[in-house]
Amino acid sequence: MTVMDHPKFTSTPLSRLAEGQRARIVAIGGGGALRRRIMEMGMTRGTELLVEKYAPLRDPLEVIVKGFHVSLRVEEAAQISVEVVE
Amino acid sequence: MEKATITIALAGNPNSGKTTIFNNITGTRQKVGNWPGVTVEKKEGRIHKFGYDLKIIDLPGIYSLTPFSIEEIVARDYILEECPDVVIDIIDASNLERSLYLATQMRELGRSKVLFALNMSDVARARGFKIDEDKLSELLDVPVHATVGNKNQGVDVLLQKAIEMVESGKKPPKGRKVNYSKDIEAAIGTLEALLTPHFQADSPYDSRWASIKLLENDSVVLKRIQSVLPDDALSELMSKTDSLRQTLRDRYDEDPEIILTDERYGFIAGIMKEVFTTSSRKRIDSSRNIDLVLTNRFVGFPIFLFFIWAMFQLTFTLGAYPMDWIESGVAAAGAVLNNALPESLLKDLLVNGILAGVGSVVVFLPNILILFFCIAIFEDTGYMSRCAFLMDKIMHLIGLHGKSFIPMLMGFGCNVPAIMAARTLESEKDRLLTILITPFMSCSAKLPVYIVLAGTFFGPRAGTVIFIVYLLGIVTAILTGRLFRTTLLRGADAPFVMELPPYRVPMVKSLLIHMWDRSKMFLKKMGGIILVGSIIIWTLSAFPRTTQYSHDYPAAIAHVESVFTQHIDGADPSARPTLEAEKADRLQDIQRAMRAEQTTNSFMGRIGKAVAPVFAPLGIDWRGGVSLLAGFVAKEIVVSTLGVLHAVDEEGSEALRQALVDSGMTPLAAFSMMIFVLLYIPCIATVATIRKETNSMRWTFFSIGYTTVVAWLMAFIVYNGGRLIGLA
Repeated sequence: MTVMDHPKFTSTPLSRLAEGQRARIVAIGGGGALRRRIMEMGMTRGTELLVEKYAPLRDPLEVIVKGFHVSLRVEEAAQISVEVVE
Repeated sequence: MEKATITIALAGNPNSGKTTIFNNITGTRQKVGNWPGVTVEKKEGRIHKFGYDLKIIDLPGIYSLTPFSIEEIVARDYILEECPDVVIDIIDASNLERSLYLATQMRELGRSKVLFALNMSDVARARGFKIDEDKLSELLDVPVHATVGNKNQGVDVLLQKAIEMVESGKKPPKGRKVNYSKDIEAAIGTLEALLTPHFQADSPYDSRWASIKLLENDSVVLKRIQSVLPDDALSELMSKTDSLRQTLRDRYDEDPEIILTDERYGFIAGIMKEVFTTSSRKRIDSSRNIDLVLTNRFVGFPIFLFFIWAMFQLTFTLGAYPMDWIESGVAAAGAVLNNALPESLLKDLLVNGILAGVGSVVVFLPNILILFFCIAIFEDTGYMSRCAFLMDKIMHLIGLHGKSFIPMLMGFGCNVPAIMAARTLESEKDRLLTILITPFMSCSAKLPVYIVLAGTFFGPRAGTVIFIVYLLGIVTAILTGRLFRTTLLRGADAPFVMELPPYRVPMVKSLLIHMWDRSKMFLKKMGGIILVGSIIIWTLSAFPRTTQYSHDYPAAIAHVESVFTQHIDGADPSARPTLEAEKADRLQDIQRAMRAEQTTNSFMGRIGKAVAPVFAPLGIDWRGGVSLLAGFVAKEIVVSTLGVLHAVDEEGSEALRQALVDSGMTPLAAFSMMIFVLLYIPCIATVATIRKETNSMRWTFFSIGYTTVVAWLMAFIVYNGGRLIGLA
């Protein structure tokens, strides 16, 4: 395992993903309520998600996770680190 | 023997079909109110079935029992404190994994007996999901029963099972709760040992649950424990909790509450492996396809605007017809009373006080019915969350949630339904802020005032001026939103993390129940306050009775009568109608002058003159002041009161315009008055709605004070600023 394989280096914020990209959650940052709410909705580490679309004004975005659709603000999605799944 | 009532609470995620099942069970026998102290809707229904009296409670839709949102606190407190006989957790079978999060927490709580309803099992089947109910039931030690709420399948059996559980007398099972990893279990065990000696058998929760909550730093549970534990035990417990939390944090590099959430989902993943299989066959996801159009980058907004426009049209255009009928009905009732009763104070009170006042509110009923029907369609189809999705970026700039858009927009029509529509917002803060700024959206009742003033003083530019007034309202709302967000209602925004449920065909029954519930509330609660308010306003303008008029009006009337009677008798039959009309005109003039004098001398007139110095800096004379005070009843009254005080004919006429110009009002003063009308205290029906929806006198008075102060300041700045730069 090289340094570059470390999640810190291969992960990107969810807010950087393009529509249609798949990714796996690596870490969730942000403060208490937001972070816990995201996790309680089922977006825990290791969960796969798909960026379904961005709203017409580019914020919020919609992701599909565990079979249901969730919308997040871009600033919230920026707190979720993911690694893109090919 | 008379059976005792069995209390059944329905819990579940939002969009799990919980309310549909509730509606199916209770039908129209529902009582809708608020949970004590908060504005979360509480629905309760009582039915008699299978020989039992059943009390069904619809708990708010929640994803978890973590006390972050008001809804979660309400639901958890209800289960803990009221201990319903059975909690039916409605699980969305097409969304099993996430639903199980709340379900495992329900089991962990161990308070009431829990029964799982595997709802929307048809949708799950259609998606190729297969769920092993027996296995699920065995793993969680909870009875599981499949239902299809919107087809009313399995609901009766569900109730029967719930009754059986109560009758069996068994305690909720203790075993088979979530098992956490070794470190966590050890920490729970340590705290449990400290807590157990202080727990009574009848405590609302057990010591294991309390220990878990302490590890999660649950402030609500912490407060309760603080109130029951002796000081020394408490301080030991607190220091132990802190050190355990710190140890876990060091070991996992993560807060304990996050580790526990993670582990619960790990536990659920284990259950999923055993009970859930999915066939890989491809299927057409029609909901997703609909959404590709409705939230499309290019057509999403146009379609949204069209829907909003259509809702507006239906509410205020279609609603105008029944509104007219009710108005004529009220007028007819007034006429009947007028003719049937002898001239007296009582008659005046009945006709001009109560009937006029209550009538002015009842006319909103069609609007409210239609509006809430439309909103129910938006909500039940799942489109409402798409509205929020589309509008959130814009609304977030004001510090609001995307869903605030609908109430604010409705405010242009009528503030009463608009403020009621704020109920669709989940966060208390968002709701409060929306309620506080909605009155700045200029409602349709203010339009007649603008038309008279702008029409009189701005001629061809009236349209532009009125547009500017509307715009000013919007700007004030935005600034107020930003101001309150950074001061009074500060704090982190509620996370926007919001489920976009699949589109569904709404059930007519649900739509109607939805619509009727809210309208009924409007009628009942408003009725009382409006009645009292109308009587007060009437009293103020009817008393004291003027006994000494400056002119001898009865003599003048008698004079006109006698002169015209002679004329008419002696005139050619063809000339008679003209003379009759002239006579009526003259009589009206006299009565108008008499009314003007009565109003001027009444308490209302005296108050108006007393507060004249307040309005003088805004360029508004005492007549304007009185009209504005009377406008508290309804904004339309501003114009008719101006008419009465200037002793001219009905509202909007040339005579009133001439009288206003003659009174020395300048265009600048007219503009100042329009701004004041735009921003000042909303009408009594709106104030009553604010009281009802905020559930707080403090916020109601705050709203009254804030709007009026802002109105005065803005009008003052505009009037005096305008004079400074030489406008008159």
